[in-house]
Amino acid sequence: MDRLALLLATGTARGAVFALFALSLVLIWRAARIVNFAQGAMAVVATYVAFAVTGLTGSFWMGLASGLLSGAAIGFGVERGVMRFAPRDNPLAGVIVAIGLVMVLQSLLGIFFGQQHLPMRTPFDDTPIVVGGVPLLSPYDVFVLVVALAVMGALALLFTRTSLGLQLRASAFAPEVSRVLGVRVGRMVTIGWMLSAAVAALAAMLLVPTELGLNPHSTDVLFVYAFTVAVVGGLDSFAGAILGGLLVGIVMTLVTGYLGATVAPIGVLVLLVVVLLVRPGGIFSMREARRA
Amino acid sequence: MSRILPSLTGVRRTIVFGAAFTVLAIASSFVLDPFRNFQLATIAATFCATAGLTVLIGWSGQLSLGNAALMAAGGYGYALTANALTDAGVDGVPRFVLALLAAVVAAGALGLLLGLAGARLHGPYLAGVTLALVVALPAVTSVFSGVFRGDQGLQIAYDGVPPLLRTVVAVEQWQAWVAILVTGVTVTALAAVTRGRLGLRMRAVRDDETAARLSGVRAGRVKVAAFTLSAVTAGAGGAVLCFVTQSVSPGAYTLAFSLLLVVAVVVGGVGSLGGAAIGSALIVMLPWLVGWATSLLDLPSEVSQRLSGNVSVLVFGLLLIVVTLARPGGLAGLRPRTRKPSATPVVPAPADTARTDAALPAASPPDPVSSIHH
Repeated sequence: MDRLALLLATGTARGAVFALFALSLVLIWRAARIVNFAQGAMAVVATYVAFAVTGLTGSFWMGLASGLLSGAAIGFGVERGVMRFAPRDNPLAGVIVAIGLVMVLQSLLGIFFGQQHLPMRTPFDDTPIVVGGVPLLSPYDVFVLVVALAVMGALALLFTRTSLGLQLRASAFAPEVSRVLGVRVGRMVTIGWMLSAAVAALAAMLLVPTELGLNPHSTDVLFVYAFTVAVVGGLDSFAGAILGGLLVGIVMTLVTGYLGATVAPIGVLVLLVVVLLVRPGGIFSMREARRA
Repeated sequence: MSRILPSLTGVRRTIVFGAAFTVLAIASSFVLDPFRNFQLATIAATFCATAGLTVLIGWSGQLSLGNAALMAAGGYGYALTANALTDAGVDGVPRFVLALLAAVVAAGALGLLLGLAGARLHGPYLAGVTLALVVALPAVTSVFSGVFRGDQGLQIAYDGVPPLLRTVVAVEQWQAWVAILVTGVTVTALAAVTRGRLGLRMRAVRDDETAARLSGVRAGRVKVAAFTLSAVTAGAGGAVLCFVTQSVSPGAYTLAFSLLLVVAVVVGGVGSLGGAAIGSALIVMLPWLVGWATSLLDLPSEVSQRLSGNVSVLVFGLLLIVVTLARPGGLAGLRPRTRKPSATPVVPAPADTARTDAALPAASPPDPVSSIHH
């Protein structure tokens, strides 16, 4: 029973990270109708920047801030430099270009930093606090949860309460009309990419210290998990991404805890296939218009 | 392509050309040294898989990032059957043929299952599922390590040159022959199937699923058939690779290798079998060339180790981006066009359209968002 409580608690913290990363996928999907397969590689580049800055200044917070900024910068560069030119009439082209980006970014990281796992420490203690005899969340897990909730809250405020958020939503839903009404749609797409890449960088920076260490492939599995989350929740839905993230995080932690870490990727695959077979648009999606 | 022997048409033409290319490739093995013949065999096995993938992506419009997992299914099917037959006292050609059949059936069954899931999905969803599949492959082999022997993988008995040929060819050349023969038969069959009704239906579904359905094409079945077809060729490729290397392990079928298969298809020109052959040669030879070049430079061992693993991936990634953005026809699109672009079985938006777009006055810049239909 104690074990279950611990697994549920840590699963919630991991789920929060998955949810953040999935949220970043949803942000790009809504802004540009692209599932960005390069999101993991972009986030790991930002994490390397954070790692380097933390190593130079000795401050975790400086590293976090520079990681976020470089995440946004990478998002800007990728959208303006590459993705903008992907052929729009063929949805596969965007995926293929993103795969190319993954290979370029990861091989560059491998050339400059090597393939070994660089140790990345957590800024807080990561041993669980014992509450009433039951070990639960660690201080680091609490930090992760607080940060994730704060970012989700901030994004919700941005999208529902600000003029920028309104323009972002408008250009995602009706680009033509928005343009006629004076919204700079191209700029909104770029802002969507920057926001998204920064959120993904944050998720990677929160996750990597709890794993083996930093390596050019650190986020490969995170991407697969987050993609599953985004599909479970529906690529169009922010709430779906958050609920899906918590669900996948808890399920995967339970699978890892009871069946072993090697089974987890199989669990993800099964979950993904089942959800796609039962509800291809995701659990929380709206009905798509009938086409034939 | 209709310049040579224009009187030859249809399936007969495909078979004649397939046989000619196969004989040519086998003949070329005589001028190569053993290591080159090993590379030739690897290229042939890879081509077997990429041929199916290029048809899947280019003709039916389904993107699979996980065909390495289907190759692995073929490899494991081959190794398990070959080992069982060795225990039962069967060897030589019957063992090879039976194991190859088992490999094709194993990969085909997995492909059928995936295709059934994939037929309901479009674009990025199928790519994601297949990505999850290839990421889960090491987990599958270690969870069922009783059968698949975990990370270590399976080893099979050595298949020597048949006694009759032992004086004529070395073992590497023999392996290259077998690889080329299997690939030749598989790819010729694939070409014959896709140039027929199924190919037409695949393209109809790819271009407009709704219109295809309204014309009586059962889109779901066509997609599943395309996926199964690509799985069967991947399985044959995996079996040949297992035959050549006498082993199969999850380390040989990583995500990186799976993405390389996509690189081979895209760089060669999506939908083109000849392009897939060029692309397969590229993904086998370039890493080796880079390793050879870095060894010449006399760098410190750590630097050369970093370079040898990564430079080829960097080049492949850049190729993938540049080819997709600038020349969706790939290397195969470089040959002079003899047909109308609309009749070529490549992904839409050939270079011609791109050029007309660029020539438009700047007053109407290409709109990144409005042309999305969802």
